[in-house]
Amino acid sequence: MSAIVSDIRPELITGNKTYHQITEDICSPTEQMPDKYWVMIFLFVLGLFGFGAVAMLVTIWFGIGTWYLNRTVGWGWDITNFVWWVGIGHAGTLISAILLLFRQKWRTGVNRAAEAMTIFAVICAAIFPLIHMGRIWLAFFVFPYPNTRGPLWVNFNSPLLWDVFAISTYFTVSLLFWYTGLVPDFATIRDRAKGMRKKIYNTLSFGWTGSAKHWQRWESLALVLAGLSTPLVLSVHTIVSFDFATSVIPGWHTTIFPPYFVAGAIFSGFAMVQTLMILTSISIPQLKNYITLQHIESMNKVIVLTGSIVGVAYLTELFIAWYSGYIYEQFAFYNRALGPYWWSYFAMMTCNVISPQFFWVKSLRRNLVVTFILSIVVNIGMWFERFVIIVTSLHRDYIPSSWNYYSPSWVEVGDYIFTFGFFGVAYMIFMRVAPVVAIAEVKSILKTSGDQYVKANREHKEESHSH
Amino acid sequence: MRTLNKTILYGLYLDEEILLEAVKEIREEGQDIWDVFTPFPVHGLDPLLGLKESRLHVAGFVYGMTGTITAFSFMTWVFTRDWPIIFGGKPYFSVPSFIPITFEFTVLMAAVGMVVTFYTVCGLGPGVTNPTLDNRITDDRFCIAFDVTGKTKDEINNLKSLLEKTKADETNIKDI
Repeated sequence: MSAIVSDIRPELITGNKTYHQITEDICSPTEQMPDKYWVMIFLFVLGLFGFGAVAMLVTIWFGIGTWYLNRTVGWGWDITNFVWWVGIGHAGTLISAILLLFRQKWRTGVNRAAEAMTIFAVICAAIFPLIHMGRIWLAFFVFPYPNTRGPLWVNFNSPLLWDVFAISTYFTVSLLFWYTGLVPDFATIRDRAKGMRKKIYNTLSFGWTGSAKHWQRWESLALVLAGLSTPLVLSVHTIVSFDFATSVIPGWHTTIFPPYFVAGAIFSGFAMVQTLMILTSISIPQLKNYITLQHIESMNKVIVLTGSIVGVAYLTELFIAWYSGYIYEQFAFYNRALGPYWWSYFAMMTCNVISPQFFWVKSLRRNLVVTFILSIVVNIGMWFERFVIIVTSLHRDYIPSSWNYYSPSWVEVGDYIFTFGFFGVAYMIFMRVAPVVAIAEVKSILKTSGDQYVKANREHKEESHSH
Repeated sequence: MRTLNKTILYGLYLDEEILLEAVKEIREEGQDIWDVFTPFPVHGLDPLLGLKESRLHVAGFVYGMTGTITAFSFMTWVFTRDWPIIFGGKPYFSVPSFIPITFEFTVLMAAVGMVVTFYTVCGLGPGVTNPTLDNRITDDRFCIAFDVTGKTKDEINNLKSLLEKTKADETNIKDI
């Protein structure tokens, strides 16, 4: 029996690879000293991390009075950054879980790095509500544990508490899913390593042997975790949107938020995956055989789809605000587009709705430079989307005498830079110590998606047609 | 390092298709395979080896249901018995607002429970070092292993020739 090769699916692994070459290509970056580009980028993100750490210390030491939040605008950059980072995390779970259920083979090339991105992004996200609490050392108060104050329980009816459960569950499940996938690949590195490295990777690999029964259970586990993660990832951003949608602030109080937030999350997440994938394969050139233009194009298709959904949602919001006949809602949207923050609305519309439309053109979808630039533009746009929703809805509230203009202090900007620094440092280290591509999973699609097999099948078909 | 006190005869194959043929042939000969080791999950291997379907998903369901019941009944107890508070004029027992946490807790319990069960039943975990037969098994070799503890030389030679007949690239004996 031989693997069934599809006539229409393109190849996903190029360079005529054998199983051993796959191992070699993906393990070797963990076994060599990093090149100078890696060191340069690492020092750069370490610098961001260091500067951000100062801002974080200032925030925690002096309290959030160091921010320029005020009575009118109580949420500013902090919650904007929180929602932005959580959204970015969503692409990793979508690739590893939803595409697994849909049996999309191209996920194997990018899932490992995308899941790592998810985990680091969720950590970055969680930092913001934690520091916004003011006394971060009392953050455990959000969990319903038996305490000496009654016990006084947390408010289970509050969307902010739902968020605590959603984000912590999301982080835990993503971490377990990611690590279980890594175990066999750590074993591969272990079996190539010597001395101290062998000991470290032996611990990381949990004693994996590759027994048939273990693989069977591993696949069963991956399938069920994917099935659990799929509604989970949709629920997480739905609940994040409830933070706004269940309030009575005009501009927030809308039922369109859950689907619109989920689409936006996937949109920004895929853009971040593109940015990371392109940078990763510059640093590790042999990865171009596993993260091909085909992968880039597939992700760009997701970006154009979700970007258009987000665009439709923006227009629907505007229409409904007008159609509601409710003057406060109408004012909120008028003020959003034409008020003092018109520039952020303009940035959001341009970056999120117009820029992804370039991806309708196939040659642009397969162009790395265009993809890289647009992936950054999309993430700028998605940051502005959250800024628009949060700040422009708040800054002109019900009493005109308390209307206000908000711009951040250097500490707030520094806190945001801290998360970039953390994310960068974590990802750069991950790139050097763990296999960036899922070795076992890529091997399992070699016979159906390797270029030599796809080509042989195509030639065979052409021959039989010409007879 | 864990030792099994077994003597293992094993053959290494170069491709999963050759491995599947070999497993089929060996099973037809009526020989018991101790285990098969592969670098990635080989589909079609489980029925040939006679492995039963994993029941891990059943365990997952049970853990999930435990989570559902725990979360929902705990919130109900807190808000109707232990410390009832009126929020926005809504009833104490407001089911819709219990749903998000119930769902999240269900997923959390199912996922954590299944992962813990997976590592426990497989005998894997932090600090575990299982004996391995060959370093290339996690790279590009597919391995069929026989437990030959206490077997006679003839029986071992018989199995060895069976491995060679089914196109094993190399064969070896190892005490683990």
